[in-house]
Amino acid sequence: MTAGVPTEFIAPGPQSFDTPPIINGVDWFTKPVLVSMLTVVVIVWFYWAASRKSAIVPSRLQFAGELGYNFVRNSIARDAIGSQEYMKYVPYLCGLFYFILLNNVAATIPLIQFPTFSHIGWAYSAAILSWIIYNAVGIRKHGLWGYFKHQTMPAGVPWWLMPLMIPIEFISNIVVRPISLSLRLFANMFAGHILLLVFVLGADYLVFESGKVLLAGVGVVTFLMGLAIAGLELFVQCIQAYIFVVLTAQYIGSAIAEDH
Amino acid sequence: MMTMVLPLAAAAGEDVNPLLPHTAEIIFAFVFLILLAIAFAKVVVPKFEKAYADRTQAIEGGMEDAKQAQAEAKAALEKYNAQLANARQEAAKIREDAREQGAQIIAEMREQANAEAERIVTHARTQIDAERAQAVASLRREVGTMATTLASRIVGESLEDEARQRRTVERFLAELEESESARQAVGTDR
Repeated sequence: MTAGVPTEFIAPGPQSFDTPPIINGVDWFTKPVLVSMLTVVVIVWFYWAASRKSAIVPSRLQFAGELGYNFVRNSIARDAIGSQEYMKYVPYLCGLFYFILLNNVAATIPLIQFPTFSHIGWAYSAAILSWIIYNAVGIRKHGLWGYFKHQTMPAGVPWWLMPLMIPIEFISNIVVRPISLSLRLFANMFAGHILLLVFVLGADYLVFESGKVLLAGVGVVTFLMGLAIAGLELFVQCIQAYIFVVLTAQYIGSAIAEDH
Repeated sequence: MMTMVLPLAAAAGEDVNPLLPHTAEIIFAFVFLILLAIAFAKVVVPKFEKAYADRTQAIEGGMEDAKQAQAEAKAALEKYNAQLANARQEAAKIREDAREQGAQIIAEMREQANAEAERIVTHARTQIDAERAQAVASLRREVGTMATTLASRIVGESLEDEARQRRTVERFLAELEESESARQAVGTDR
């Protein structure tokens, strides 16, 4: 660490997502667990307070709550599932959307700055839950064989194509969906966080440790780029929450649809 | 010398596989998502849906009330119009009756007046007739007497002079006139 001798830059990688326990000895209590607990508390508190009075003429708080609730209820659930049966799935979709959204956006909030879903376990769970739900409602509606036929044999395909269609449809509709759901969310959060780390840690290294004026100037530019990336990330965080819930709603909608 | 600056985590995290989940996080995710779904299903959704239903009810109720009020106003207008028409009809009837009655009264009056007039005329005529008959009768009675009296006087003072004769006649006539007027006065008294 002698002055003038440049130290090596350690690029951020998977190891950057290692979160040690907050309290020594309690291994499960890590930063993502704490953050997600907080988001659950915030969501429940906000919606409890907003919906408590269920007034005909809403207060500001109730209006804000209705705005958020209506977004999932009408723009996601009703559009994707259809106005007949969508109400049953609104609670899950609402909880899912605001849970993912707040945990993603938490990555931009100072002092938290860690995307919960960059730990893949959260994404797996959410995707598996969605998978269980859409398959379960499909099976309940069409019966086990009816549901498989519904999901794997698209109408209007000639019979001799069926040997090809059935495996493809089965893999794409039953097998791949939970994987793509979870990986999309996880990878976006993971990559976004790494990108930010690269820019911010890189800027830090260039400005404070490279020891060269020119590189320090590049470091300033790098930091400004990092800020722009943070803005982009905020956008991605919202979009990913939306995509996850819209796809879940569409899977439910296609599972209970009358015709393929 | 360079290895010394490696952060602590890097050494431990060389073999970190980001695709392997932590068991605790899987469980927490399930628990939190189910918890949220239940919270929404039990608390938030019913409350909001109640608010929406109440709102729809309020709007529809308001429209219903307005419709009812409109219907009531229409009914009241119809009733009023009917009453007005009735009143007009009645007024026309009353006017008609009054006119008829007036005409009848006038006709009656005229008839009465005519009858009265006729009665008066008849009365006058009978009176006149009676008086005339009386006058004729008395005249007839007296002309005889007067003629007799005149004749006796003429014969009595037979041949005195012509002047005397004339005087006698004149006297007689004057007497006659006098008695005539006196009798007439007695006649009108009667």
